[in-house]
Amino acid sequence: MLRRPAPFRLADLFASLLPKAITVTEQFNNLIAQFWPTTVDGVVKGAIYALIALGYTMVYGVLRLINFAHSEIFMTGSIGALVVVTTLVAPTAGPVTGLGLVGLLLLMAVVSMAASGGMAVLLEQIAYRPLRKHGSSRLAALISAIGASLFLMEFFALVVIPWLFDRGGQGRNQIAMARFLEREEVFTIFGASVSNNDLLILAAALLMMFLLDQLVNRTKIGRGIRATAMDPQTAVLMGVNIDRIVRITFLVGGAMAGIAGMLFLLKYENTRYNIGFILGIKAFTAAVLGGIGNIRGALVGGFVLGLVENYGGAFFGGQWLNVVAFVVLVLVLMFRPTGILGESIQQARA
Amino acid sequence: MRPRIARFGGALAVGTALTLGLAACGGGSDTPKQDATGGGDAAAPASITVGFVGDLAGDNAAIVIPPRNGAQLAFDEYNAKNPKVKIEFKAYDSKGDASTAANLVKTAIQNDKISALIGPAFSGESQQVQPILEEAKIPSVSPSATRTDLASKGAKYWHRIVANDDVQGPGAAEFAGRAITAKKVFVIDDKSAYGQGLAQAVAKTMGEKGAEVQADSFEATETDFSAAVNKAAAFKPDFVFFGGYYAQGGPLLKQLRDKGVTGRFMSGDGSLHTKFIEGAGAQQAEGTLFSCPCKIAYAFAAKDEKAKTFTETFKTKFQGQLPEIYATEGYDAASTIIKAVEAGNTTPEKINEFIATADFEGLGKHVKYNPNGEIADTNVYIYQVKNGTVEAVGNSKDATLG
Repeated sequence: MLRRPAPFRLADLFASLLPKAITVTEQFNNLIAQFWPTTVDGVVKGAIYALIALGYTMVYGVLRLINFAHSEIFMTGSIGALVVVTTLVAPTAGPVTGLGLVGLLLLMAVVSMAASGGMAVLLEQIAYRPLRKHGSSRLAALISAIGASLFLMEFFALVVIPWLFDRGGQGRNQIAMARFLEREEVFTIFGASVSNNDLLILAAALLMMFLLDQLVNRTKIGRGIRATAMDPQTAVLMGVNIDRIVRITFLVGGAMAGIAGMLFLLKYENTRYNIGFILGIKAFTAAVLGGIGNIRGALVGGFVLGLVENYGGAFFGGQWLNVVAFVVLVLVLMFRPTGILGESIQQARA
Repeated sequence: MRPRIARFGGALAVGTALTLGLAACGGGSDTPKQDATGGGDAAAPASITVGFVGDLAGDNAAIVIPPRNGAQLAFDEYNAKNPKVKIEFKAYDSKGDASTAANLVKTAIQNDKISALIGPAFSGESQQVQPILEEAKIPSVSPSATRTDLASKGAKYWHRIVANDDVQGPGAAEFAGRAITAKKVFVIDDKSAYGQGLAQAVAKTMGEKGAEVQADSFEATETDFSAAVNKAAAFKPDFVFFGGYYAQGGPLLKQLRDKGVTGRFMSGDGSLHTKFIEGAGAQQAEGTLFSCPCKIAYAFAAKDEKAKTFTETFKTKFQGQLPEIYATEGYDAASTIIKAVEAGNTTPEKINEFIATADFEGLGKHVKYNPNGEIADTNVYIYQVKNGTVEAVGNSKDATLG
């Protein structure tokens, strides 16, 4: 016989929550003590989320497709940047300075952008274009995206990483990067130390975002992207080469993910074959939070997610970090179903 | 928005189901082998087969390949002596997935007619495989599954050669409480059953010793630990303990040091790997302490002649690989089976009877099993990173820091 569960009583719930309430003041003190360091970390993390989110949002804007393989495009960029470092910097060489450092960073940026951008274009050519040409459903393209994502992860783990880093059968291990940029405190905000590393990441991310914004809003290519996003059929009639626009969209979105991969490597100094999995989910969340299809929305979403996560982690404890992030996502979507800035590329132009 | 989200969810579910299905197929498609050794007659066969199940190509392969190689070494040494009954060793890759491991073991029993099993490597796999082995009456010795409740299922054919999590936690804590005088202790875990249990045991003991304890945890899939790190930086602990694996432990230590947390860092067997030093950077990892119920041969090489010989043989045989964590245990688990066969036991039933009475000096510990399958030896060893490599400090009961 089934036993009836004890009746639910509100008093019991409050009794169980009471010890929690007492610690809330303590937690609040925690948050205040860690507020500024948490903010600095959140902004830097948010910048990386935002750069990845751009790729999701641009492809969605143009094709109405969630490119689930974008997380692997990001991973490709981080591996590309790591190859540059492992080839040029000996593990025990110590810090690189001056012109050498600038050159190394630029080379890392170029290689990671080329690797990711190239991978994105290739992916579009192989996994999405044939489906589009046959007029298959959007769901088929989505499955193709998931398949491409799994394929790339395994391909890197089994073939590419062992080959690039000379590790037979060890492709799934994390690969650490030797530190070549000595971390120094540049200045402090209310006691929170801001390192040269953080500043570099933030500056590079903001520069890339600015360039992308200019590209989309000021150039002929950008006009093509916006026109395609608005109405593909009419865009064709107006002389826009859709295939070319789609390819450029993948290239640009991929390049952004490549820069994100390089900056990620600079901050965390390690990468692995499935590094994009969680980051991809977070960046996709950021894109939805800001309004998917909307470029400035992706930027806002990235920074908001990075900050909210970190504040949540500081207040409730690190184990609640993801819970807080997704509760915020649900709350935002409840009141603004199309995200913070609304859904499409052209809406947030002003 | 809602229908679209629902569709994504569906697609994801399909994707996941497909992957799992494929993984299961991959496991089952091992080529069947015709072998006439499983007759179970009184006459001794020319050879028997012993299996190994564990994650050989998955995310945690780095801690499963060493015990596989350790066992391989033991069997190769045995076969080289040209014994009456040879032992064929066959490894199955479960990729760390419990249901794959279960399918592989069924294949191994039906097609390859294994007489004994080394493994499964992980606790989750062991949980699924235990009843299968029990039904088929095949004895097993796991070199690395440490979840405590595995021994409480009343299994007659299951054994492990490594002490369980309940032994390591207090051992690590006892050492930390005695050898490290800490006023402020910060404990971090990765939310896994293993990491959390270990971290809580340490937190409890240090708290009882009068230290002020704070704790935080993070998801094992994370790469950014800034929430925990900032909390630690604000607390300024003089001792940090991490319960979790090397993949997170290394980068975590690096991020702690970058934020100016200078307290002594310690972790458990999950982090005890050269990859930890790589992940943290040699400079940051220096001085890090580890506890482990296992005996790492290369770390003991300077103190123990047997460990030194084993390290050298292992390195020659496996292209310069170090006998990392659980290599010694893999070797000792294989030795248990070898002793049984040497004593003239070739059927699973007989081997199992022998294991129950086994009592010999192994490479890492004295091999003797309790009736519930647990190893009787419950020593926990402390290790430390010195000059970029792991060195043994000693037994947790009496080790001190110089």
